Amino acid sequence: MSKVSSVEPPALSPQGVSNRTRRWRRVRRIVALPVAALALAGCTVPTFGASPGATTSSQSTFHLWQGFSVGAVIVGGLTTVLILWAVFKYRRKSDRIPKQSQYHIPLEMTYTIIPIIIVLGLFAATMVVENKEVANPKTNVTIDVNAFQWGWKFTYPGQNVVVVGQTTEDPIMVMPVNTDVHINLTSSDVIHGFYVHAFNFSRYALPGVLNQFTLRAVNTGTFDGQCTQLCGLYHSLMVFRVKVVSQSEYAAWLASNANANAAQAAQTATNQQTSSIVPTKPAKSQGNN
Amino acid sequence: MRTEAKVLLGLGLFFGVMCAVYWNWGHENAGSVMMFAGMLLCFVPGGYYYWWSRRMRARPEDDPNATQAQGAGVVGAFPGTSIWPFTLGMGAFFVVLALVFGIWFLVPGLGLAMWALFGGTAEGRRGGTQ
Amino acid sequence: MTDVLDPPVAAHHDDHEHEEHHGPTGILKWMTTTDHKVIGMSYTVTAVIMMVIGGALAEVIRAQLTTSNNSLVSFAQYNELFTMHGSVMIYLFVGPFAFGALANIIVPIQIGAPDMAFPRLNALSYWLYLMGSITMLSGFFVAGGAANFGWVAYAPLSNSINTPGAGADLWIGGLLLTGFSAIFTGVNLCATIFYLRAPGMTMFRMPIFTWNLLITAILILLAFPVLTAGLIMLYCDRHFGTHIFSVQGGGVPVLWQHIFWFWGHPEVYILALPFFGMVTEIIAVFSRKPVFGYKGMVFATLSIGALSLGVWAHHMFTTGVVLLPFFSIMSLLIAVPTGIKMFNWIGTMWRGEVWFSTAMLMAVGFLITFLIGGLTGIYLASPPLDFFTHDTYFVVAHFHSIVMALVLGAMGGLYYWGPKITGYLLNETIGKIQFWFLFIGTQVFTLPMYLLGLRGMPRRVATYALHPGWQFLNQVSTVGAVLVGISTIAFMVNVVYSWKKYPAGDNPWDGHTLEWFTTSPPPHHNFYRLPQIRSERPTWDYNHPGHTAAEHGHHQVHHEEIPAP
Repeated sequence: MSKVSSVEPPALSPQGVSNRTRRWRRVRRIVALPVAALALAGCTVPTFGASPGATTSSQSTFHLWQGFSVGAVIVGGLTTVLILWAVFKYRRKSDRIPKQSQYHIPLEMTYTIIPIIIVLGLFAATMVVENKEVANPKTNVTIDVNAFQWGWKFTYPGQNVVVVGQTTEDPIMVMPVNTDVHINLTSSDVIHGFYVHAFNFSRYALPGVLNQFTLRAVNTGTFDGQCTQLCGLYHSLMVFRVKVVSQSEYAAWLASNANANAAQAAQTATNQQTSSIVPTKPAKSQGNN
Repeated sequence: MRTEAKVLLGLGLFFGVMCAVYWNWGHENAGSVMMFAGMLLCFVPGGYYYWWSRRMRARPEDDPNATQAQGAGVVGAFPGTSIWPFTLGMGAFFVVLALVFGIWFLVPGLGLAMWALFGGTAEGRRGGTQ
Repeated sequence: MTDVLDPPVAAHHDDHEHEEHHGPTGILKWMTTTDHKVIGMSYTVTAVIMMVIGGALAEVIRAQLTTSNNSLVSFAQYNELFTMHGSVMIYLFVGPFAFGALANIIVPIQIGAPDMAFPRLNALSYWLYLMGSITMLSGFFVAGGAANFGWVAYAPLSNSINTPGAGADLWIGGLLLTGFSAIFTGVNLCATIFYLRAPGMTMFRMPIFTWNLLITAILILLAFPVLTAGLIMLYCDRHFGTHIFSVQGGGVPVLWQHIFWFWGHPEVYILALPFFGMVTEIIAVFSRKPVFGYKGMVFATLSIGALSLGVWAHHMFTTGVVLLPFFSIMSLLIAVPTGIKMFNWIGTMWRGEVWFSTAMLMAVGFLITFLIGGLTGIYLASPPLDFFTHDTYFVVAHFHSIVMALVLGAMGGLYYWGPKITGYLLNETIGKIQFWFLFIGTQVFTLPMYLLGLRGMPRRVATYALHPGWQFLNQVSTVGAVLVGISTIAFMVNVVYSWKKYPAGDNPWDGHTLEWFTTSPPPHHNFYRLPQIRSERPTWDYNHPGHTAAEHGHHQVHHEEIPAP
C-alpha cells in the first residue's frame, strides 16, 4: 500500500537548505521568544484570574488552577498557532489541486497518546487536591449552616449561638483562624448554593441531605458569600459573609452571644420569611449583641 | 450490515463496562439503571443486525465494488403528501394542553390523534397518496 | 467507466408513470408535505425564528446587567428571562437546527437516498416541534408568566409549591412534544442511514456529516426518553400528589438532577456533533483536500458519543453526593477525541489551497471559539476547580463559547448548503460583515464573563449591587451581545438582499460529496443520476479523476480517464 503523501525529495530553496529545514528553523525562532519570556519572568507563575484565597484548600485549589492554566495556555497556544499558520500559509494562491493526503498514522497516534497522558496527569493532580479537600478530620469547632428562602442561619451547636438573616440582612458567620472548622450544610426548602469566593469553594445545601466539609482558614478577614444555586424570587439577594477572627476573639464572641433561647428565636425568624417584603434591617444574632 | 452491527454492539459493550465500573465503585442506583438500559438499547438492535449480517448477502450499499445498476428498481415506499402527520401533531398538541388547562382538552386531542392513527394506517395500507 | 444510471426509484413511480401533478397547492401543500427537503426547510425557518426570540431575550438580560442595581425588569421577570432564553435557545433553536434542519435536507442526499426512511414520521416530527415551541412560548401569556426555574428546572424549585402556575406546565408540555419530535427524528435518521444508502456507499464511505448525524441519532434515542420520563415524573409530582422529588414524601430531589443530566450531557453532544460534521465538510471542500484522518474522525466521534453517556454528574459535583473521581476521569477523557478532531481539522487545511468564502470563515471562527470553550471545559472536569466556578459566570462563559462556536458552524452550514437547497448563493460581502460581527461579538461578550466568574459573580442574578466593581466587565459583555445582535440582522439582510439573485449551479464550491452531484435545488426524490461511488468523495472523484486519494489502506483507485456521460 503506497501512501499518497510525498516521497520525492523535498524541494531545495536557492540557498541550498531544504524548505523543511527552513520551516523548522522559523518555528524554533517563533517558539523561542515566549519560552524566553517565561524563563525571564522568573519562577512566579501568573494567577490566570484566580486567587489563593484564605483557606488551606483554597490555596491548593489555586495551585491546581495554575497548573491547569499553564497546560491550557501551552495546548491552546500551540493549537492557535497551528490554525493561524494553516490559515495564512496555505491560503489559496492558484487553482492547482493540492496533494490529496488523507492520513498520517504516526502523527495521528501522537496526538492521540499525548493528550491521554496529559489528561491522566491532570486527573492525578486533581485527585491529590480533591482528597485533601473532601477530608473531614476530627475537630472541635462545628457550625451548622442552614440555607432557606432567602437567607442563611448559622448555628453553633452546644454554644447556644445562632446567627440568622434574610437577603440584605447580610448574616455573618464567625469562625476562628488556623482551626479545622467542620460545616454541616443543609437546606430547609429548595436547593441553595453555599459559595464563598475567598475560599475557592461552593457546596449545595440540599433539603433532606446533610453535606459536610471542613474549612481551615489561614487568613483573618471578612469575606463575601452568596447563594449560587437558583432558589426562587430573591436568589440575587441571598448574601452572607464569613468573618475569620483569631481564636481568642472567636471564644469571646461566642461567649458574648450565647443565648439559651437562641435556637427557638432563630426558628421563629426563619419561619417568618415572606415573599413580598424585602427586609432592610442589618444582621443580628439571636441574643445579646 | 456488519459495520452497523459493530457500531451498536461496540457502544453497548462500552456502556456495559461503564455500568459495571460505576455500580461497583459508586453504588448509585439512578445512573446504574440508566446506563444498563442504554446498554440494552444498543445490544438489542445491534445483536439483531449482527445476527442478520451473518445470514444475508451483501447489499449493494455494503459492497465496495457495487455499481449503480445493482441498486436499480424499487427501494421502498415513500408516502407522498399526507394530512395525517399534521393531524396527529395537532392531536398531540391538544393532549398536552389537557395536561395544562384541563382534562376536557383530551376530547379534541385524543379525537384528532385517533383519527390520524386510523387514517394514516389506512393510507399506508392503500400504498400512500401519489 | 462512470456508472450513471437512473437512481433507485420509489414504489409509486412504477404505478404512476405519467403522474398527475395536481396534488395540493399553497398552504395545504405545506401542511401535507412529506418531502424531507421541505420539512428541513420548515425546521430551518422555525429554528431561526427561535434563535431571534432567544436572542431578544438575551439582549434584555444583558441590558438589565449593564448596571449593578438596575430595575429594567423585576426579579420575577428576570427569572423568566434567563429560563426562557436558555430553554428557547437549547430546546427550540440549536437542537432542532442541529438534527432537524440541515440534517433532514442533507443526509438523504449525501447517501444517495430518495427521501428519509419514514417520510410521514418526519413530517410528524416537524409538527410536534412547531407545536411544542408554541406551547412553551405561550407561557409568557398566562397568569404567573413563563417558566422561571432555569432551563434545568431543578427540584424542589420546580414543584407545585415553589412554582405554581401554568407557565411551568406549559414548559413541561412543550418539552414532551419536542422530545418526541427528536426521538422520531432519531429513529428516522438511523433507519435512513442503515437502509437507504446508494450502491457502493459503504459505511466507511459516508460523509463525516452523515456519520456525525448517525451518532447524534443514536444519542437521541439513548437520552431523550430519559428526559421524557423525568418530565412525566415532574408533572406527576406537581399534579398527582406523588413525591418522587420531594423530601416530605420520602423522595430524593437530587434524583431529578441525575435523570435530567443523564439526558442533559448527551444533549450537548447532540447539539455539537452535527456542527462538527458541517465544519468538517466545509474545511475539506474549501481546502481542496480530503478530510484528514477520516477513520480517526469516525472513531473520535464514536468515542465522544460513548463517553458522553458516562459524564452526566460533572454537572453535579457540588451536590456532594456523586462519585467525583469517576465523573472527573470520564469528563477529562472526552477531551482526547475532541482534540483528535481539532488536529484533524487543522490537518485537513494543512498544505491545502484554502479559500475563504463566508462558509470557510465561519468554520475557522468555529475552530478558534470552540478551542476556547473546550479548554475551559477541561477545568470544569476537575472537581476542586469546579467547586469555585460552578454556578458562576465562568460556567456561563464556557458554554456560551461552545454554543456560539456551534452558531458559527450553523451559519457556515447555511452559507455552504444554502445554495444547494435554494439554488441561489448568498451575498459574500454581507456574509463577511456578518462573520466579523458574530466572531468579534462572541469574544467580546464571553471573555469578560470568564473574568467575572473568577471574581465571584454568581449566575442567574438580576442585580449585583454589592459589587459595583463588576459593572465594567458586564458593560463590555453587553456591547459584545449587541454586536452579535447586529450580525443576526446582517444575516436577515443578506437573505432578503440575495433573494433569487445569484443562481448557484450544481456545484458552486467544487464540493466532494454526493449532494453536489445533483442539481440545485435537487429534484423530487433527489437524483436524476448517480455516479459510481468508490470513496467518501464520489463527486470529487467524478470531477477530478486524476486526483483521487488512496482508499484507506486498500488498492489505489484507477486513474484512467473517465469519459463524460
